[in-house]
Amino acid sequence: MKGMFKYMLFCVKCFTLWELLKGLFITLKYLFKPKITIQYPEAKTPISDRFRGLLALRRYEDGSERCIACKLCEYVCPARAIVIESKQSEDGSRRTTKYDIDMFKCINCGLCEEACPVDAVVVTPVQHYHMQERGENIMTKEKLLKVGDMYEHDLQKRISNNNGDR
Amino acid sequence: MYDILSNFFTGDLLHVVWIGFLSGCIIIPLLLSVAYLSYAERKVIGYIQGRIGPNRVGIYGLLQPFADLFKLVGKEIINPTRSNTFLFIVAPVLTLAPAIIAWAVIPFDLGMALADINAGVLFIFAMSSFGVYGVLIAGWASNSKYALLGAMRSAAQTISYEIAMGFSLVGVLMASGSMNLQKIVLAQDGCLINWFVWPLMPLFLVFWIAGIAETNRAPFDVAEGESEIVAGFHVEYSGTAFAVFFLAEYANMILIGVLTSIFFLGGWLSPFKGLPILEDLFIFVPGTIWLFVKTGLFLFVYLWIRATFPRYRYDQIMRLGWKVLIPTTLVWIIVLGFMIKFEISPWFRV
Repeated sequence: MKGMFKYMLFCVKCFTLWELLKGLFITLKYLFKPKITIQYPEAKTPISDRFRGLLALRRYEDGSERCIACKLCEYVCPARAIVIESKQSEDGSRRTTKYDIDMFKCINCGLCEEACPVDAVVVTPVQHYHMQERGENIMTKEKLLKVGDMYEHDLQKRISNNNGDR
Repeated sequence: MYDILSNFFTGDLLHVVWIGFLSGCIIIPLLLSVAYLSYAERKVIGYIQGRIGPNRVGIYGLLQPFADLFKLVGKEIINPTRSNTFLFIVAPVLTLAPAIIAWAVIPFDLGMALADINAGVLFIFAMSSFGVYGVLIAGWASNSKYALLGAMRSAAQTISYEIAMGFSLVGVLMASGSMNLQKIVLAQDGCLINWFVWPLMPLFLVFWIAGIAETNRAPFDVAEGESEIVAGFHVEYSGTAFAVFFLAEYANMILIGVLTSIFFLGGWLSPFKGLPILEDLFIFVPGTIWLFVKTGLFLFVYLWIRATFPRYRYDQIMRLGWKVLIPTTLVWIIVLGFMIKFEISPWFRV
């Protein structure tokens, strides 16, 4: 008896194209749902506070460099992208004379930021950058400091948001 | 317009020019609708998939079809090695020509048909079958295994579904008692209850499904099945030749939409004719607009179905055509015979 009923239900569904209509109504529902497309140049996808983009060197508020040339970042870098040379400065502190990051070697792992004892080398949220000339892939100390100056505001927000996670 | 033309031409020449003018009145809006149908397709399918579709060229992307057209026209027609050049070039024309010729007998309103012939249904049926020659020739002339496979599939599919389509048209002919498209529409005179969809519901569904299969549209698009045979019969076509195939496919889609409206949804007739208040409310809408609205509905369903169903396997298509659709039409023709015999109202009064 139960099998009979099941068979009849199957027949009714067959002849009324029930399953097909069900499928059609699912797609009809999606026709009116909000769209997920983000129209890129005008709108961008939100990025995480932990996003690891372009590298930068930071300064203290008085404008002096944070970096103390401890070379921990150079040591920890798995891609060996960082090259540091240092010298004693006039006030007796140890300062870098050369701080180069090869952006072709860099894998944006962020280990240098983790290793840095004075929060000098950091990753910024910048994801769109390019090189036009051969050799521009080497980020010199001047360039890195400039990037740091440009994004200091973003970096502070990012660091305060990430507090406790590092 | 006829008077203006008669100032410049006389006799037979005037007649030819007049018919040319009328054909232009059909073909130019048809080509425009093809352009915007392709736009609507991308928009509707995009919306269903959670995207927004083309919106960069012109406001809301409305110039996108023309951008595509200019791109295609600007491209080179590549002639494959050891292909039959003459047939290769003729094939797209053979596909497009019947798709446009069939429009000659379509009545857009009472008396608004280019050729009001008595065997209109037969003419349409002949022309829609002609399209498969273009596809077959394209597949053979390309000298490509994929094109040949696509053409064979397309031919087999069109022939199988033509039978079901023809049988469902037999039902329409029985119900209306005429092969003239205008008389078929007039036989459905009255409000929307008098339309043939209701007594001929199974035949309507069969006609619609067969129509989708005839135009090689999803879910019956094995003829171009991207996943197996790249693009089917038009793999080797590029530039303008491809554009012509594209045009023919969409013109055929619109044709099937219009035919379904004429055969089953009362063509240019208002759905509210004879209803107390609604008739007066919609009296200002001309018949042509009603036909466009009904056709637009079917075209939307075309796109909706394409966005919803996965492609049939080749043997499933054959099974559906021969073992499901043809028996359905045969059974319903008998039922319809009884309905006409016993004069079931409101459709079959004497």
